[in-house]
Amino acid sequence: MIEAKNVSKWFDGQRILYDINATFDTGKTNLIIGQSGSGKTVFMKCLIGLLTPEEGEILYDGRRFRDLDTEQKRQLRTEIGMLFQGSALFDNETVLGNVMFPLKLFSPLSREEQLERAHFCIKRVGLENADDKYPSEISGGMQKRVAIARAIALNPKYLFCDEPNSGLDPRTSILIDELLSDITHEYGMTTIINTHDMNSVLGIGEHIVFINKGHCDWTGNDKTIFRSKSESLNDFVFASKLFQEVKNYLEREYEDKSRSL
Amino acid sequence: MVVSSIKSFGRYCTFMTQVFRIPEKWREFFKQLVFEINKLGVDSIPLVIIISIFIGAVICIQMTINIVSPMIPSYSTGLATREILLLEFSCTMMSLILAGKVGSNISSEIGTMRVTEQIDAMEIMGLNAASYIVLPKIVGFVLFVPVLCILSMFMGLLGGALVAQFTDMISMENYVFGIQSFFNEWYIWYAIIKTLFFAFIITSVAAYYGFYVKGGSLEVGQASTRAVVSSSILILLADVVLTKLLLQ
Repeated sequence: MIEAKNVSKWFDGQRILYDINATFDTGKTNLIIGQSGSGKTVFMKCLIGLLTPEEGEILYDGRRFRDLDTEQKRQLRTEIGMLFQGSALFDNETVLGNVMFPLKLFSPLSREEQLERAHFCIKRVGLENADDKYPSEISGGMQKRVAIARAIALNPKYLFCDEPNSGLDPRTSILIDELLSDITHEYGMTTIINTHDMNSVLGIGEHIVFINKGHCDWTGNDKTIFRSKSESLNDFVFASKLFQEVKNYLEREYEDKSRSL
Repeated sequence: MVVSSIKSFGRYCTFMTQVFRIPEKWREFFKQLVFEINKLGVDSIPLVIIISIFIGAVICIQMTINIVSPMIPSYSTGLATREILLLEFSCTMMSLILAGKVGSNISSEIGTMRVTEQIDAMEIMGLNAASYIVLPKIVGFVLFVPVLCILSMFMGLLGGALVAQFTDMISMENYVFGIQSFFNEWYIWYAIIKTLFFAFIITSVAAYYGFYVKGGSLEVGQASTRAVVSSSILILLADVVLTKLLLQ
């Protein structure tokens, strides 16, 4: 479990995050949602430790990140997997090389065992026969899969995903979401996904934190999101024309039913 | 201007303390080292050969044309060509040229890694990205650059010899006698020592600019240009200091 307590962050005197409190449960896909520029990426970077919040604290299973020494932080980082928005694959490494990268540096396994583990991860994300291909030779969806394989190579306890669906078609997005959800449940990881894709929200939103203008405006899940009274959340959710039309349709239905009664 | 320069220097020093750490795994370090020696050093050999031969030839022609006095012995052309090549061209001028090739390569490579979040990915894994990426580049180039320096000397002298062979400006006997006359072995060491310093400046400055890039491809290009300009100026400054220290 990862907890954020009163996290605040400033950049050049401008406040970006305002006392954010959030809990991300183990074995669940936790989503951070919000509009572009709402501060969700900054919040995620604070959670990972790439940025240091000026106020508040981050706890990894009770371990206060700020209080950890360098070696403890290094150890903690080996328990973290990260999927970046642009995949962040190493250009000069093949698919196999990318997945082997964390294993070669941090795993006590022998070379054969490392290869076995890498092949297992590649197979787990459904990418057989692509071992020798370079990132530039594979599609965006495949790159995301390689990035997921690399992120899970060391069997992490915490998995962070920054907009995993960006730049992908709806079908591939769903496949990536399903893969992330399956992996989370299979390995009992604490998965935190930063997204503004409503398909992901409805598909895998077991726990959702909504960030608006640096404030945590709402928390809930995919079942409760449509019953929210939060104006900013409703603005966000129903910004899509499709959702707006569904909402209008349901409201008309409700009014018709009310009149007939 | 002064404050920002001091700040940059401070950040550069901090960056160097991150770079010069014991590698995570020596096996990986040596693999990277061999790769970098090949990429930064061995791949520069054709450029060094071509430039050195032509500049050696041009120096020889210039010396022949300008040293036209019955008071000056004819072998002076070879001697002057050798001294120019050994004392300045093969170390300083060659380093300035390599600052363009190697420096921009390092800066743009690391800068691209930064903007595509590859460096963040390494840091999240718990890896010291500065050391992992930059240390093999610095060590690899510093180790290989004496080879380039000596190669440049030989090729420059060969360029002069080609002028002697294929033109009637100077005889080959005079040229060979000239390049053997009054030879001071220390000049070779002097050139190699200077090149070692220059190689460190080229790689570390370029890596620094690449590592702290913010933005996108435009900023990567700007960082690359800044890296080449800064390392060239620093090479010239270091040249003055080292020449004073080593030759006085």
